[in-house]
Parts: sequence; C-alpha cells; structure tokens
Amino acid sequence: MPGVRDKVAIIGMGCTSFGEHWDKSVGDLIVEACYESFKDAGVEPKDIQAAWLSTVWSGELGRTLAYPLKIGFIPITRVENRCASGHDAFINACYAVSCGAFDLVLVCGVEKLKDTGLPIPGDYNPTQLYSSRVDTGFLPATAWAMFALRYFHHYGIPVEEGKRILAKIAVKNHFNGSLSPKAQFQRRITLEDALNAPTVAWPLGLYDCCGIADGAAAAILTRADLAKNYRDDYVLVKGVGMGCGMYQGQVMDDWSFVYVEENVRASKMAYAEAGIKDPRKGIDLAEVHDCFTIHELAIYEDLGFIPRGRAKEGVEAGTFELRGELPVNTDGGLKCFGHPLGASGVRMIYEVYNQLQGKAGQRQVETRNQMGLTHTCAGTPIDSHTAAVAMLGLRGA
Amino acid sequence: MVGIVSYGAYIPIWRMNRELLSRGSGERSVAGQDEDSLTMAVAAAIDCLGDLDRENIDGVLFASTTSPFKEKCVASTIAAVLDLRRDVFTADFANSIRAGTSALKAALGMVKAGAAKQILVTAADCRLGAPGSPFERTFGDGGAALLVGKENLIAELEEEHSISDEIYDVWRRDVDLYVNSWEDRFIYSYGYHTVVNEAVSGLMKKAGVESKDVKKAVLSAPETKRAMSLAKSLGFDPKTQLQDPLADKVGDTGTAQPLMLFTAALEEANLDDRFLLAGYGNGSDAFLFTVREGINEIKGKRRGVKAHMERKKMVPNYATYLMWRKLVQTPSPRVPMSVSYPTATAIWRERKRIYPLHGVKCRVCGTIQYPPQRVCIKCRAKDDFEEVRLCGRKGKLFSYSFEFIRGNVPIGLVNLEGGGRVFVELTDADPGELKIDLPVELTFRRLNLWREDGMYGYFWKATPIKIP
Repeated sequence: MPGVRDKVAIIGMGCTSFGEHWDKSVGDLIVEACYESFKDAGVEPKDIQAAWLSTVWSGELGRTLAYPLKIGFIPITRVENRCASGHDAFINACYAVSCGAFDLVLVCGVEKLKDTGLPIPGDYNPTQLYSSRVDTGFLPATAWAMFALRYFHHYGIPVEEGKRILAKIAVKNHFNGSLSPKAQFQRRITLEDALNAPTVAWPLGLYDCCGIADGAAAAILTRADLAKNYRDDYVLVKGVGMGCGMYQGQVMDDWSFVYVEENVRASKMAYAEAGIKDPRKGIDLAEVHDCFTIHELAIYEDLGFIPRGRAKEGVEAGTFELRGELPVNTDGGLKCFGHPLGASGVRMIYEVYNQLQGKAGQRQVETRNQMGLTHTCAGTPIDSHTAAVAMLGLRGA
Repeated sequence: MVGIVSYGAYIPIWRMNRELLSRGSGERSVAGQDEDSLTMAVAAAIDCLGDLDRENIDGVLFASTTSPFKEKCVASTIAAVLDLRRDVFTADFANSIRAGTSALKAALGMVKAGAAKQILVTAADCRLGAPGSPFERTFGDGGAALLVGKENLIAELEEEHSISDEIYDVWRRDVDLYVNSWEDRFIYSYGYHTVVNEAVSGLMKKAGVESKDVKKAVLSAPETKRAMSLAKSLGFDPKTQLQDPLADKVGDTGTAQPLMLFTAALEEANLDDRFLLAGYGNGSDAFLFTVREGINEIKGKRRGVKAHMERKKMVPNYATYLMWRKLVQTPSPRVPMSVSYPTATAIWRERKRIYPLHGVKCRVCGTIQYPPQRVCIKCRAKDDFEEVRLCGRKGKLFSYSFEFIRGNVPIGLVNLEGGGRVFVELTDADPGELKIDLPVELTFRRLNLWREDGMYGYFWKATPIKIP
C-alpha cells in the first residue's frame, strides 16, 4: 500500500497562544496562526493552492478560512471529526500532496469555545445513537470516569491509589505547561493540589480534566522533493493512521472499558508506515490526547509505550516525564496547553515540529531518533472514538 | 363469574415526614423527581402482571386525576410499555378520585359481558395540595393495578352498587394547580359520609349481607378518622373491620387509594373471605368480593403494598419536594449546552425500543444488542434479528459516574441478565450504595428535560434492587 511516508514535508508552522481569548474572534485566531506559518515557511498567502480547515463548532464551509485570510476561490475542505479533526485535516492534506495533486497547501485548525462554552449534549442526548432524545446525555468527564472505574477494577487498583496515579500525570503536564509560553495553564501544581481538587465526575477531579480553550494552529505542507527550496530543517511526515469506532462500548455487552481499540488501530497503522517496531525506543517524544488523565494512562498502553496493565509502573518510574525515557506531552498537553478541539491535532504537530528543529526552549528533549508522534482521539468510551496518529521525523529518521 | 385475577401496587421509595410540612404526624409518600401518575401506573401494572401471559389482556384502563396529559391517552402508553397486543382497548378515566373504582367497574362489566377476556385496571395519583394546606399533608402519591378476568380468580365479584352525586366538595378547575374544597364539616358530612354510606348500604342490601359477614371494609379514606366514623355508621367495628387507610405511612393516593387498599387487603386474604370495596368522588362505587382459590397462586408473589412500604428513603427537606413538583424553579446552569427538543417522529419510529425496551438478538451469532441494529456488531449479519424485550430483565452495574452539570445525577452502563447492555440514568439511589456489579432493575421514568417544547419524555432508568 503506497502511503505518505517521506512524500510530504512541513515547511512552516504557526500557533496562537491557547486560552481565554475574549478579545479575539475566530478570524483573528486564524490570521495569527496562519501568518506565523506563512512567515515560518517563507511563503505568501497567494502561493497556497488548496487548504484544509479543521473546526468542530467554530464555523462551517471553507469560507471560514478564506474570509479572514482572503485566500478565495481555491479548494478548501472543512473537516469535522471532533477532537481528531486537526489530524484528519492534516492527514487528508498529506494524501493530496503525496499523490501530487498540489504542491503547496495550508492546514489550519481553529476553535473558539469561550464565547459559548462547549455545546455538548446537556441532558438527554439527541445526536448520538438515536434521535428521539430519551437517552441520557453525558459529559466527556463522566464517560471517562466510568472508564477509570473499570480500569482500576480490572487491574485491581484501589480507587484512591488510582487517583494518585492520575494526579501524577496532571502534575507532570502542569510542569511541562510551566515551560510552555503559549500554554493556557503555566502554573505548576503539587500532588496534593491535584488530589484535593474539587470532584468533577467521581473519581475524576478538576486536575484530571483538560482545559477548554480558544486557539488556532497552522501548517504549510509541500512535496518532500520541493521542501529543500524552503528550508533545510523541514519535517517529514513518516506515517499516519486513523481508526473510527462504531458505538461498541454500548452495543457490545462485553466491551471492556480498559483500553481504546481505536488508539491501538490508529497507532499500528502509523507505526507500520513509519517503520516503527518498538515505539518506546523508536520515538523521541509523543504528543497524545490527554483530554483526561485516565486517557493518557490508557494511551501509554494503547500506543505500545508500555505493556498492558503496567502504565502505572511507567508513571511511578517517571518514564513519561520531560527528562524521562519517553517524554509525553512536553508542551503541557491538552491538560495545560488547552484544548480548542479543531486546533489541538495541529498544535501537537507544531510541538513536535519545534522539538525536532531544536526550538523548544526549556522543554527541549533529546531527539536521538529524530522522530516524534502526535495523537488525538475524539469521543468517549461510551460513544466510541475517532483516533488519529501522525508520525513526524527529520530527513535522517 | 368475574373478578380479580391479580393485584399490584407501587408506592414511591420517597417519604416525607409531615413535620417538614409544619403540622401533622407520620409520613406521606412522595413521587420522586422523575415520577408521575403515568410512571407509577406502569410500575403497579408491571407488579400486577408478574409473569402472567400478557396475550390474554384485551384492554388497559388508566384512572387518575393527575394524568400528565389532558389530551393524550395514557392507557395507550401503558399498553405500549407492557408490550401488549395492538388490538387492545385502552381508555383513561379521570376527573374524580372515584375514577379508580369507575375503571374497575367498567372492566368488570366488560368482562362480564364477554367483551374482553381480561382487562388491566391501573390507577395512580400525584395530587397537589396548596403549600401549607391540609391536603398537602394528607395526600400521598402512588399507584395500584388490578387484572380483571373470569378465570383463575383470586376474588370473585358478588355484587356491585353505585351512587351518583352532584356536590362541590372537592374539586379542581381546568385552570387550577391545587385541589380546592369547601368547609370540611360540610364536605365530609354531606359528601363523603352520606354518599359512601348510601352506596355501601345499598350494596349490602342487594347482596343480602350484614357487616358481620364481611372480613374487611376497604373504604376510600380522605382521613383515617373519617373512614372510621363511616365504618362505624355502617355497622363495622372500625378497629378490626376497617382496612388500614395507611394515612400515617402513605397518605390519600386519590384514584389509586381504594385499589391500593384492596391490594393490601388481598395480601392478607384467605379463601372465602369477603371484602367490601368502596370508592368515593361525586358519588360512590361499592363492590362485594369473595376470595377464591387463585389467591394462593398470587399471594406472596407480588410486591404489592407490603413490600413497597418496607423500603423507603426520606425526602431531605421541603425545598426538595417543591423542586420535584416544579413548584419552585432553579435556573439552568450558565453553560451553553446543546439541548434540542423532543422529536415526535423519532419517538414514534423508535417506539419499540423506547417503551418496552426492545433490543435485538442476532439469529446468526446470538448476540443481544441494544438498541436494535440493522447489521450485527459481532458477526455483521444483515437484517437477521429477532426482537427481544429487555425491560423486565435485571442486571448488574458495569460502571457508573455522576453528571455534575445535572446535579450529580448518577448514570451508568448496565449489563442485563441473558445479554444486552443499556446506558441509562440511575434513580432512587444513594451515591454511596453504587458499586460495580451492583444488582439493578429497570424502572420506567419521566425525563427531567431542560427544554420540553410541550412534550414529556419517558424512558427506562436503572435502580438498585430493594425488593427481592
């Protein structure tokens, strides 16, 4: 199967700070992120031949991107796949470039949530399995709390111990966030802060939940053979993968709630393309979808960073900390960098891009393999997921 | 030969200490936030039917003065929830708390006339007394159900007698929220006492029985002292021959009360006992029943009144009661959420998976799935399923948590006995009692919709099993 490996290069990226941008519109965020990427790539907006816009709730139609940037009358695809939208837009742009349809394209993810909040089902759920609105709605936090309870139960972890393991993940991501100038939350927290925080959905507390933010991120892609015309340290797309669930968590009465199959499938697909045998050894850092700390814990296992049931050992050993064996969420992750849904996948690519180019400042990690992983996962264990993975590497990787 | 084939009752788990109502003693039952007369009638009907063959049921009657609908047949909803045949007769009886016995009388008449094999009579009420009024203290919420038929009788109808009476004693206009009444000395003397006495006396005369021939008089009873004085005037010993009106534990459950008290009487009945039953409200319907052999098949196999009385939780304070009855409103959270309106077309299209909670069983691999699928999630066989009713199955709590945006209401996944998983709200549960693998059963409840658009939503929830 011909994939995208080494056929597509990222030659420029941009990202706004994430947070409560009461003073900025969707258009403002798009202009800031995209112009930063244009400048980084050394291209003009008029050079863009096609674009992919990722947003879940902050605009429909391609014009959402064309209007603020005035890049009218070119193909612009608006992508929605919930929290994996950014990756989905990026992956589809890769497909278009790798097949030779376009030479220079723009990927932009944007979300403006702080005007209205998160429009997720409030009481009874009209949009999910059915449409009659008698089925209970649920917040993502509640669904992940149910997952956490099963995970703890399955592996015989007392709930209090489980909460402490999760708190360590929050402490780690807050530490990384403190080194991340564009992050929503840049304050370090202690284990006690996390454990004593208000409960959101038992057993999950406030610091187990990521921040809802406004923000945008953008990438300029070109064909790998043209990349050197723009810069030497361009970043190649090494492999992409994606997997979509089918409501198995509800419809199948034996679905376990201790792992996320979509994560497993998406990462396997990407690893195969990128030639990764052992991700723990083959990649230098991973930006993963820590919408809730319990999900980050599961991801360590789902993505093969550690064997099943042993994620807590990795947490205890500091394996995934900034100076650990495999740093995860070096920029603070969704937890601290913030989660403007459609922008998050592109933001993760921005972090790995910067790390691979050695531009990550205080949070710079060693890049022996010159390879990084990004991963988003939409949905919840109750309604199933869309998971997406993009592997990025330097020329030599 | 017509009479009663089975009985059932439902009393909400919630009780309110009357001290919360400034005066009065004892407790009254209170419908939970997600209960109304429809849901309580459903619960009583499910209790009444047990595992009896539902194919013989030719009709469902629903009696209430507090139907959630002024125009929409609740009996039809109950028939749908019970998964009854489509060619059944359904009708609602309303506008007087006598409607419970009126429905019973109609059912007995239909069966007697040969128009139906069995008729299920349901009654439930959730009446509102004005805050601070005596009615608020004396009323209780609950439901009852009697299956009327002509075979396998537990009690045979011997005689019946009715009186019609025009009087303004207790009423509620089309625009009123609370029950009105005239001065109590007038209404009890010239209304209740006079009219029920007339009906029961007439019945006893017709049947040629005397008070000593009757085991218990089961009388509609707005208050215990009124029923005792009535019983006494009819020649009964109020201490031994009056069926306990449950005023101190439940309260006056309106249309359901005579049927609920009759259920309580039958729970203690022996072969050949005679029971006199009378309902009141702008007239009176009186019946004389004799207990038959069938009682041995039903006794102890229904939750009835007794088991429901034995389990309870206290309403914590009066404000909670007011919120449950929507007499005070709390604002929706200031977090914009995606809230759409109920959709009549979708509810109609999905009526089988909503009301009797039908799932499907794959004919190829045997996997039970909810909601019904077109393609099997296990083996991908297409359109090769049989429908299975899941609502009667008990289950175990697979996982759960709490929705903080909705006042920490618990929600969870339930794995049902025999297969199938449902994702539902949990109700009548203390957060502390929830745990993985907790045995639960399903209960049909009204949804607390943030926006109703003139409709009510109903669906199944799970509740910890409190009665074996």
